[in-house]
Amino acid sequence: MSLQATTSQTVGPFFKIGFEWLYRDNLAGEGVSGERVSIQGRVLDGDGVTVPDAILEIWQANANGKYAHPEDTQDKVLEPGFKGYGRVPTNAEGRFSFATIKPGPVPGPDGKEQAPHLLVSVFMRGVLRRLVTRIYFPDEPRNAADFILGLVEPARRSTLIAKKVAGDSGTLEWNVVLQGTDETVFFDLGL
Amino acid sequence: MNRVAAYRPVFQGTQPNHLHPPYVSSIKRAPTKPQVSIPYTLSEVTGPLFGPEIVSPKASDLTRGHAGEPLGERIIVNGRVLDENSRPLPNTLVEIWQANAAGRYLHRVDQHAAPLDPNFTGCGQAITDSEGRYRFVTIRPGEYPWGNHHNAWRPAHIHFSLFGPAFATRLVTQMYFPGDPLIPFDPIFNCTADEKARGRLISAFDWETTMPGHALGYRFDLILRGREATPMEE
Repeated sequence: MSLQATTSQTVGPFFKIGFEWLYRDNLAGEGVSGERVSIQGRVLDGDGVTVPDAILEIWQANANGKYAHPEDTQDKVLEPGFKGYGRVPTNAEGRFSFATIKPGPVPGPDGKEQAPHLLVSVFMRGVLRRLVTRIYFPDEPRNAADFILGLVEPARRSTLIAKKVAGDSGTLEWNVVLQGTDETVFFDLGL
Repeated sequence: MNRVAAYRPVFQGTQPNHLHPPYVSSIKRAPTKPQVSIPYTLSEVTGPLFGPEIVSPKASDLTRGHAGEPLGERIIVNGRVLDENSRPLPNTLVEIWQANAAGRYLHRVDQHAAPLDPNFTGCGQAITDSEGRYRFVTIRPGEYPWGNHHNAWRPAHIHFSLFGPAFATRLVTQMYFPGDPLIPFDPIFNCTADEKARGRLISAFDWETTMPGHALGYRFDLILRGREATPMEE
């Protein structure tokens, strides 16, 4: 006899009250090695209007491809100060940004390494259960063979790959588009 | 080993669809394209873990930390966090937030003409103990009007956020109170098709944790997703 997971409900418009104490927009403090990168973007609704009340949560491995979690038993170095968790709200203009390091590759389901990626959960008023997506990196040769990207129809893969920002080498842009032709790919984890 | 033990798919109808038109905000925000099914990888079966060091023991009492007592009916909200395999989940972060007794949130967006309470902020955190138990002291939140449709009122509710052991187990939900006449009319409560699954969002009055002369007790258990058996090495 198994129990059934509690049903999800929207985070609503007032999540700041409950979530602000754990806002984290820098995932890589002092002592964390790796290529520093700042990721910024916007959240857009079905009318192309920016969403000022969304919140993103990030989960990622360190530059060696190691998660700060006991289930990651890989023989890779993990800095004591590295957690890999971020939580950032959008501002009044629907923009978010966070600073981190590019993660290393982690094992994939096909026995090969996955391309470097961040996991993202998106919550907001009007969204009844969290949206799950990923951020991949531009100019990354591993993207071509990535198992998960390979499950996405080619025309939509670009929604998962951050773009370089002209004239700003340390910054990437990645947007969450909720509806329409450029709709971001969201993943089904059996949720 | 390349394959990781997956989390079981949820039971049909027990989680909301993204689009639920009676809840008007979902219309322009629900994704319209099919979601892409992916297998579980190390990325999804790991996730942020938070230990007791991140939360002060005082953070579970929302009636403290101000100059005086908040207005309203003091209550105890407690329960257990389990997975679908009935295993208690210890060391899990539980976050709550809520309106005050007058139905007003301490948030600039909330313009409901009800008073703020200088002695109530409305947020709390707890870490579950070795048996998956959590306990908050707070006040019963008020119902409040909202703009979803004519004469729309939210039933009294407390927002809950839980992490569990993995990225896959993250849960954000709302707890309701037994006997609230607004519940059957609430499009957010009703967004889940399965009636029993909806019903489990309603807490139970609880004599066991009611404190004589001090506070009524409510019990609210939360179930996070459970795993399949570990796959054999291929």
